Amino acid sequence: MNKEYASASAALEGVLFDGMTIASGGFGLCGIPELLIAAIKDAGTKDLTIASNNAGVDGFGLGVLLATRQVKKMISSYVGENAEFMRQYLSGELELEFTPQGTLAERLRAGGAGIPGFYTKTGVGTVIAEGKEHKDFNGQTFILERGILADLSIVKAWKADPSGNLVFRKTARNFNPPAATAGKICVAEVEEIVPLGSLDPDLIHLPGIYVHRLIEGPHEKRIENRTTRKKESV
Amino acid sequence: MADAINGWDRTQIAARAALELRDGTYVNLGIGIPTLVSNYIPAGVNVTLQSENGMLGMGPFPFEGDEDPDLINAGKQTITELPQTAYFDSAQSFAMIRGGKIAMAILGAMEVSETGDLANWMIPGKLVKGMGGAMDLVAGVGRVVVVMDHTSKHGESKVLRACTLPLTGKAVVNRIITNLGVLDVVAGGLKIVELADGVSEADLRAATEARIVG
Repeated sequence: MNKEYASASAALEGVLFDGMTIASGGFGLCGIPELLIAAIKDAGTKDLTIASNNAGVDGFGLGVLLATRQVKKMISSYVGENAEFMRQYLSGELELEFTPQGTLAERLRAGGAGIPGFYTKTGVGTVIAEGKEHKDFNGQTFILERGILADLSIVKAWKADPSGNLVFRKTARNFNPPAATAGKICVAEVEEIVPLGSLDPDLIHLPGIYVHRLIEGPHEKRIENRTTRKKESV
Repeated sequence: MADAINGWDRTQIAARAALELRDGTYVNLGIGIPTLVSNYIPAGVNVTLQSENGMLGMGPFPFEGDEDPDLINAGKQTITELPQTAYFDSAQSFAMIRGGKIAMAILGAMEVSETGDLANWMIPGKLVKGMGGAMDLVAGVGRVVVVMDHTSKHGESKVLRACTLPLTGKAVVNRIITNLGVLDVVAGGLKIVELADGVSEADLRAATEARIVG
């Protein structure tokens, strides 16, 4: 089975529609599906609901889809790096469903695992709990959170084989595996598609059953917050 | 307000917070002053730092030229790995947080209350950044230590009877370390554990709206 497509646009052919829900991997600008985001911008798909931990920055990552007003609603835990996001949200142009980071990860994982909801202590006693079912277990109160099912997942990995088995690199794994499982269709972009048999089956991070289409391409991999230390002279 | 009493500076608060670390534990440090705590880990105390974007065993900042865009901490800063480092996805990361495997989190705060309520994620209408992983951390880890300035720039107490800002968690804070000293959340209010250098008990009480007991 070969899942390779020639380009990001080709890999998104037939799966985009206005008003759709997209689950996206990435944390900050680390491990984001930058090629697929650019192709969605080019396609002009509108009224998107996007489940993603962050919303990129102005001009990169999901920030490009905010600039073109293609996003109707974000489901995110932290959007502090994006001035255009803040502006659209405070002026009421953009909906935002703040979801605690761990709850977001678990909502994606649960959605992809056929679990419609789960109870968590996260957010009890806060605005996050308002309107949600509360239930006590062993003397502690939990709230019901819903799994997320998306029309499309867009993720970024380091390497893939043609069957869609994925390997991630360092902290660029982040939300990509749970986001990948939450979509009816998952398109993955990778830095390198390697021949079948060259990935160690014991070291696959995400099995190819979750990945329907694949593209390979050059990634900018922009650094959001470059921090270093000086080499001390001996 | 009375003349400002400074007490500890940011690095002294971080150094004091580092004394909370216990040997052999897994710990999550928040953004800001909490990140500085890793510079003051006492000799002989071996802790493994978790970064909730998917890493255990967080190392120091890289040398110039060694930055790796695939290796960042929860503050999106470039970092390095250690020999014991492990990487994992965000669902796994919060499973270990929610599951109580992380012994302690050291977090910043905008406000904290005498019942251990914490507010550190938004100012309605002004600052909308989000809670990130803070709500999951305070609900899941064994012990929550908050590091913060005791008062606002205008001298108003941030250690309150009740928080005015949206909460991050209710009754979740165990210990508060500020520029003026160390307080524990106990039955009926806060208990003074320690005073910062040059700070009297009267100074600390005057700067604290919350009830102090004991």
